[in-house]
Amino acid sequence: MSFNAILTHDGSTALITLEGELDALTAETFRREVERAAEAAAELLVLEMSQLSYMSSAGLRGLVFARQKLADDVRIVLVGANDAIEQTIRLVGFHHSVDFSDAIPE
Amino acid sequence: MSVEAQGVPGRIDSFPTAELAGFGVRAGHPMPFGATLVPGGVNFSVYSSGASAVSLVLFRHGEREPFAELPFPGEYRIGGVWAMTVFGLDHEGVEYGYRVTGPDTPSPGDRFDPARILADPYARTMSGRDVWGAEVDWDDPYPYRSVLASDDFDWEDDRPLRVAPEDLVVYELHVRGFTADPSSGVSAPGTYAGLIEKIPYLKALGVNCVELMPVFEFDEFDMSRVNPVTGERLYNYWGYSTLGFFAPKAGFAATGRYGMQADEFKNLVKELHRAGIAVVLDVVFNHTAEGNENGPTIHFRGLDNGTYYMLTPEGYYYNFSGTGNTFNCNHPVVRDYVLDCLRYWAGEYHIDGFRFDLAAILDRGQDGAPLADPPLIETLAHDPLLRDCLLIAEAWDAGGLYQVGSFPGYQRWSEWNGRYRDALRRFLKADPGSAGELATRLVGSPDLYASRGTLASVNFVTCHDGFTLADLFAYDGKHNEANGEDNRDGNDDNLSWNCGAEGPTRDPEVLALRGRQAKNAMLLLLLSQGIPMILAGDEVGRTQHGNNNAYCHDGPLSWFDWGLAERNGELLRFVRECVAFRAAHPMVRDRRHPCGDEGAGGLPQVSWHGERAGEPDWSEGSALVAMLRSGTAAGGGGEHLYLAANAHWEARELELPALPDGAVWHLFADTGAAAPEDVHTPGQEPPLADQRRIVVGPRAAVALVGRAHH
Repeated sequence: MSFNAILTHDGSTALITLEGELDALTAETFRREVERAAEAAAELLVLEMSQLSYMSSAGLRGLVFARQKLADDVRIVLVGANDAIEQTIRLVGFHHSVDFSDAIPE
Repeated sequence: MSVEAQGVPGRIDSFPTAELAGFGVRAGHPMPFGATLVPGGVNFSVYSSGASAVSLVLFRHGEREPFAELPFPGEYRIGGVWAMTVFGLDHEGVEYGYRVTGPDTPSPGDRFDPARILADPYARTMSGRDVWGAEVDWDDPYPYRSVLASDDFDWEDDRPLRVAPEDLVVYELHVRGFTADPSSGVSAPGTYAGLIEKIPYLKALGVNCVELMPVFEFDEFDMSRVNPVTGERLYNYWGYSTLGFFAPKAGFAATGRYGMQADEFKNLVKELHRAGIAVVLDVVFNHTAEGNENGPTIHFRGLDNGTYYMLTPEGYYYNFSGTGNTFNCNHPVVRDYVLDCLRYWAGEYHIDGFRFDLAAILDRGQDGAPLADPPLIETLAHDPLLRDCLLIAEAWDAGGLYQVGSFPGYQRWSEWNGRYRDALRRFLKADPGSAGELATRLVGSPDLYASRGTLASVNFVTCHDGFTLADLFAYDGKHNEANGEDNRDGNDDNLSWNCGAEGPTRDPEVLALRGRQAKNAMLLLLLSQGIPMILAGDEVGRTQHGNNNAYCHDGPLSWFDWGLAERNGELLRFVRECVAFRAAHPMVRDRRHPCGDEGAGGLPQVSWHGERAGEPDWSEGSALVAMLRSGTAAGGGGEHLYLAANAHWEARELELPALPDGAVWHLFADTGAAAPEDVHTPGQEPPLADQRRIVVGPRAAVALVGRAHH
């Protein structure tokens, strides 16, 4: 299954749009985009997930990786996560690292 | 994957040197044992003293047949350890096992079977029972599969809590049973995640340690059967039959279907720690799920049968555990295995302590005879990684070894004090000759632990095994018909008393007496020296309808009914205040047994009383114990605690011991009084109107605190 992670910037906001299936084989691509966002000193990281169908354990770890790569005061907002992904994030406690939102913050 | 991508430039072992079954491989690292993610690949290491050949067998999740089998080249073996690094594996989708061939000339006791795939004894995750109770493929030739795990949980600043042992109040619970009932109202019933949602309840109760019944991977379908009478499916619900000693039970995780049980369990530990609650695991090293010679071959039997199990000279299994086999804990290899396992849980999962099921087996030698100086017990007592972990022994086994008070403790181990349980039960039903022993138990059992102090004693009245507290006072005999064995199973010696009617009744006097007895038990337990343990649900009067061996029930019989917290709110409030009282009075938590030396205000640390102050009745027929403790209060200065228990059917008027000048008796609890006068919030106890005497009602107990009147 294909996977895409595309990083764009809007002022101090970094937006990574995720598509497809995020698993052990594709997690590295995601991590690279997170590192690029961190290098750009983003003040807000938005992960657009409405086209993300699946996130495995390794994919979810990417969220914790992002939290650790970014400064403490940088918010990470997940937009459009499907129910299964959001539920899993909460069950394993990764929701402490991120916020959920229905829309890309202004 | 390139070396650079893994962030370890310059490492020269991150590429294959050979190819096997289409995979790049190279000689692996023998240590650590198990499967470990390394740059670009996975390092597999497994040991067997007698194997002549070992293959790594690889499966894709959900597929019955393997997709690859990689025989370890002979040069990849050092000693008895076979190690190989395999590159390019998708570590999330792969399951693995080993095919092990024995020597040409087998030794007695060998049970090598190259027709079977063996699980890795060091597997950090196991699949096969991913969702509790889900339909099982009984024909799967490799039903319990080893799975790779990434030990990279984000603990932030969490670490084991190191609660001072004297401050502990332990709460024994079953992860699934605690929230499986719909009345729990949690979003993921019966799981680690579900338990997190009940942390506020535990905080409000005041307990600061949960002891989790087995959470190492087990098979709930082990010995599963259908009750011939009711047609109900019976499970291995308790889980005292371990498959995977390094793997958390997947079926207890809402995310087990995604293989994320380790993360979910670690998050539970982290959240409990955040709430100030320590985590003790009930661990079962006395036997394994492989059973006797008719049992399944899962791992140990096919790797080194004679090493892992105690065998008779004829090669049969000794059965000191009552479950078919006996783990050979004092064999040096098995000892190291147990140590590796506990270090893993302490280090990787931040576990605060362990309770060892049938621990007397752990001090039997390889021939089954008890050792004076058992190496495993000593090793665990002195291990650096386990240094701050509680070590609690269930100091007996099913082979007749009973070591309460004599378990080799190395000034380090505590014991489930079975004699505490029995003494309290005997006294509460007014058995002849029970008053003297109760007195000894209240002050931390100095007869058993004179040199070890009060913390060697884990005090309890009930635990998962036996009657619940409510049933202890509602049934004379066990009622285990639902277990499908014609009520033959379970203990017959319960020291219980039904208070006048067997089972449910509408008789208000019987019901009132039962309620009083439950409060008596909780008051005595929480005001005893030693570490108290409460069975989950007893604080709200949970019943199992007289079943004293509910190991096989996954249903309302064994689940926590959360409606009870409201219906029995009176008992819950009483228990909460008793827990709070314990926290408020360091004397009750003292590590030392009290003696006749001065405690405070010219009064000895402990003195005993009766209907007249200073005149205790230790006669055979006595049903009255009154204890005065004097010592230092939490804020400094002296204070005095008076605890009187009357097991007689008539009320008693007791003369109170005189307090030093300025101190006044205040009433903390009176189980004979109607709520809300049965208990008062610690620190806000009302002064007694009559400072010279108090009436203790029929089968009731009172607790007073003597301090300056504010």
